[in-house]
Amino acid sequence: MTDDELIWRIAGGSGDGIDSTSQNFAKALMRSGLNVFTHRHYPSRIRGGHTYVEIRAKDEPVKSRGDNYNFLLALGDSFARNPQEEAYYGNEEIKPLSENLDELREGGVIVYDSGLLDASEIENFDQRAEENDWHVYDLDLRGLAKEHGREVMRNTAGVGATAALLDMDLEHIEGLMEDAMSGDVLEANLQILEEAYESVNEDYEHTHDLRAPTGSADEEQVLVSGSHGIAYGALDEGCRFISGYPMTPWTDVYTIMTQHLPEMGGISEQVEDEIAAASLAIGASHAGAKAMSGSSGGGFALMSEPLGLAEITETPIVLVEAMRAGPSTGMPTKPEQGDLEHVLYTSQGDSNRVVFAPGDPAECYEQTRKAFEIAYEYQIPAIVLYDQKLSGGHQTVPEDVFDEEPNPDIGSVVTEQDLEEAVQEAGRFKRYMYDDEESGFGGVSRRSLPGQKGGNYLASGNEHNEVGHISEDPDNRTIQMNRRMAKLDAIRTELSEEADHQPVYGPEDADYGILSFGSTKGVIEEAVDQLNDEGHSVKAMNVSDIMPFPKDEVTAFLESVDESLVVEMNASAQFRRHIQGQLGRFGEKLYSLLKYDGNPFEPEEIVSGFESRLGEEADLSQYNVRIESATGD
Amino acid sequence: MSAFNAIGEEREIDRDEFTPEIEPQATWCPGCGDFGVLKALKQAMPEVGRNPEETLLVTGIGCSGKLSSYFRSYGFHSIHGRSLPVARAAKMANPDLEVIAAGGDGDGYGIGGNHFMHTARENHDMTYIVFDNEIFGLTKGQTSPTSPKGHKSKTQPHGSAKQPIRPLSLALTSGASYVARTAAVNPNQAKEILAEAMEHDGFAHVDFLTQCPTWNKDAKQYVPYIDVQDSDDYDFDITDRGEASEMMQEAENALYEGTVLTGRFYHDEDRPSYQQEKQATGDMPEEPLAERYFDDDYEWERSYDLLERHK
Ligand SMILES: Cc1ncc(C[n+]2csc(CCOP(=O)(O)OP(=O)(O)O)c2C)c(N)n1
Ligand code: SF4
Repeated sequence: MTDDELIWRIAGGSGDGIDSTSQNFAKALMRSGLNVFTHRHYPSRIRGGHTYVEIRAKDEPVKSRGDNYNFLLALGDSFARNPQEEAYYGNEEIKPLSENLDELREGGVIVYDSGLLDASEIENFDQRAEENDWHVYDLDLRGLAKEHGREVMRNTAGVGATAALLDMDLEHIEGLMEDAMSGDVLEANLQILEEAYESVNEDYEHTHDLRAPTGSADEEQVLVSGSHGIAYGALDEGCRFISGYPMTPWTDVYTIMTQHLPEMGGISEQVEDEIAAASLAIGASHAGAKAMSGSSGGGFALMSEPLGLAEITETPIVLVEAMRAGPSTGMPTKPEQGDLEHVLYTSQGDSNRVVFAPGDPAECYEQTRKAFEIAYEYQIPAIVLYDQKLSGGHQTVPEDVFDEEPNPDIGSVVTEQDLEEAVQEAGRFKRYMYDDEESGFGGVSRRSLPGQKGGNYLASGNEHNEVGHISEDPDNRTIQMNRRMAKLDAIRTELSEEADHQPVYGPEDADYGILSFGSTKGVIEEAVDQLNDEGHSVKAMNVSDIMPFPKDEVTAFLESVDESLVVEMNASAQFRRHIQGQLGRFGEKLYSLLKYDGNPFEPEEIVSGFESRLGEEADLSQYNVRIESATGD
Repeated sequence: MSAFNAIGEEREIDRDEFTPEIEPQATWCPGCGDFGVLKALKQAMPEVGRNPEETLLVTGIGCSGKLSSYFRSYGFHSIHGRSLPVARAAKMANPDLEVIAAGGDGDGYGIGGNHFMHTARENHDMTYIVFDNEIFGLTKGQTSPTSPKGHKSKTQPHGSAKQPIRPLSLALTSGASYVARTAAVNPNQAKEILAEAMEHDGFAHVDFLTQCPTWNKDAKQYVPYIDVQDSDDYDFDITDRGEASEMMQEAENALYEGTVLTGRFYHDEDRPSYQQEKQATGDMPEEPLAERYFDDDYEWERSYDLLERHK
């Protein structure tokens, strides 16, 4: 592994401020011109329990958490101390240190808080350090923090020590602290930062080679998560109504929206359950607002019936589905891509929906905007499908990704003039008109909004005729079904006309392919680079249009390669099945690489998976991954 | 110019305007109490001065849910139990609309019970009509949350072991600011109560007793009713929670003993509606959200302006 990158892991107790400290440190690295990618690991409990955040920084673009890490800052877990020390419960003192050692790279650096942790209590610690050439620095971070401020400020002491050991300037870190704090708190933190910095430089001999990389990124960057991408995309599309019920990790996008909607003149509603949440979005949209709701697996299950209601009444809505490991409540804080089929097929009947699966925060922004445009233009529910990894992980994104004009267009809605004409011609407005020429494009019949004169109609979840009356007439039924189903083909055509639709990564004429969707995008691109560097011939396609499926693009991709790996984070190869189902062929060319242990893929796992598929020597047994071949053709 | 040109149009409004031009074939049984609700509602509309196009009627699923099919206005025939969440969001998006939600006792007190409680609690400015026929009509006569204890049906052949729901008390304790009960057999009272409910600025709940001659032959809604406001025997202050609550309990006990008490049970004119509360905390715009999409001069804020915190 090269050390042109820093992968800094801060470990401690969840609730000990690890998140905010790491956010700031990540920003400091970004401000020094580096590209940054963060990965959060936390247990499903509120306080206490071992947690870590990893920050990978590099001069080149970073697209994944990388393989393992090279700098550990181990803070004590204040919630795991014994009662005599004024703390609460538990006996996990040395976990922030011991739990993390397996993934620390050879030659890595360890800083641990000797005020709370005792390395001599860890079995074979010294021996392991020697064997792996780890450079260990024990500092009384807690003591230092207590001396100049409060114990919680030991995070700051740790950052100061990190900066000294990595030869970093304190300038950016100090700047961030000044932005975030003031008064005595700021003074104390600044003092602790500098004390730690100086004491490391004065009292410790630096035996390691690792230094913070120097950055040269010149364009303005921002550090955002996928949830920010979705929330900001929605805001820029004029979404001013959101309804939700908390559920991890959907809560991220829900809270970001809620923080901004009131000041932007919008409405956010926390409601009694997810059935209500989706139903409210439908009601708001029906009355003429751009509306969104969403949830994670279990909550989305409750939205199944309103989803179908939006489809048959042709009420535009955007729903977000933030996947976490299932079934049922599964693993609330762990990513998985196991809700793909749930999202594709839930709800009764032949119901259609549009599904986008963005692969990184920039795509989250762009595809959420697209989801609104399509939903409102075609009057169909659109779903943005992402996962816990993309929800909470932050990444540097060029600022100009967000430099877009707002789009408050609410799609295919009639004007008052249209209504006057309709009433004159036909005696009344036909909301669900099926004359293709009159109704315009792709099965869409324009809607009126309550309050528009001459536009009154009944939107019904029962099958209905042109004017909205409930109808079981077989001819009407067939026509209405055909009209609604025609939308997907029209949307597919519209989407495929976009420039660089479903881009391919890697050499065009590569022999092998890798297919994926959603948050695995970046890690696969890194693996592709690595594989090609090693002499393989590989390209990748991260499919973001899940429904309607980009049949032509994926077919062309598969026809151009000898075979393709399908990489996804679930146990039953749902995406591979989707590809086979949509294309009706290619079974003989498809192999799955599956991971479902709750952790996202690392590049090495994909490289090894690929090589083992080619029959090369690669030991997959050290990873929680599985290779599976497709059945049928 | 407003995008919603039917709203606030001042003119004489005739009840017949609420009858669809092409009346769909009624699927209600002859003698069904649902006809009474439809009639009372059509009569109440001109009194509140609302025209069909500024009115949004959201219904659930059941025989009762068909109300929106026979009533000419903007309508939304939603799913079982979910009329309230659809309706209240529509009201929030465009508070200028007259929003009415309606459904059955199974729809409203059973599957939609959670929404009932929360919509009342929030005191949304809307009217909610529950067709209370003490039975599941559309699915052919199963026991409903308001069926009396001991009631026998195909799904409770030995008689229901459950106490019925007390809709009036439930509405009151949840926070509804207007609670009334009326009956299809009493068209004048029904009309007046519906008009009053619509004019009320808050969540107005009307438990509307409807007979289901097909499945609930011995329901008490057939017997003569007593209007609690018209009878000297019942003297209570409808603006007093305590007195209203006692009166509701009396009415709810009496119903299953054969005495049907109807009328206004609670009316709190001081409690601000949810919309007012939300506007007061700065959580909701003063102008209807829905209007904004038609305002060419409106300056839409951009996420780009929020990026400072991410740098
Ligand atoms: C989710 C769901 N569950 C069950 C049904 C079936 N269903 C339709 S109407 C109804 C009950 C209707 O009873 P009520 O609400 O009292 O109305 P009524 O027909 O008596 O007017 C049921 C159970 C459904 N449509 N949806
Ligand atoms: S089944 Fe009962 S409630 Fe339904 S229409 Fe017939 S009489 Fe009315």
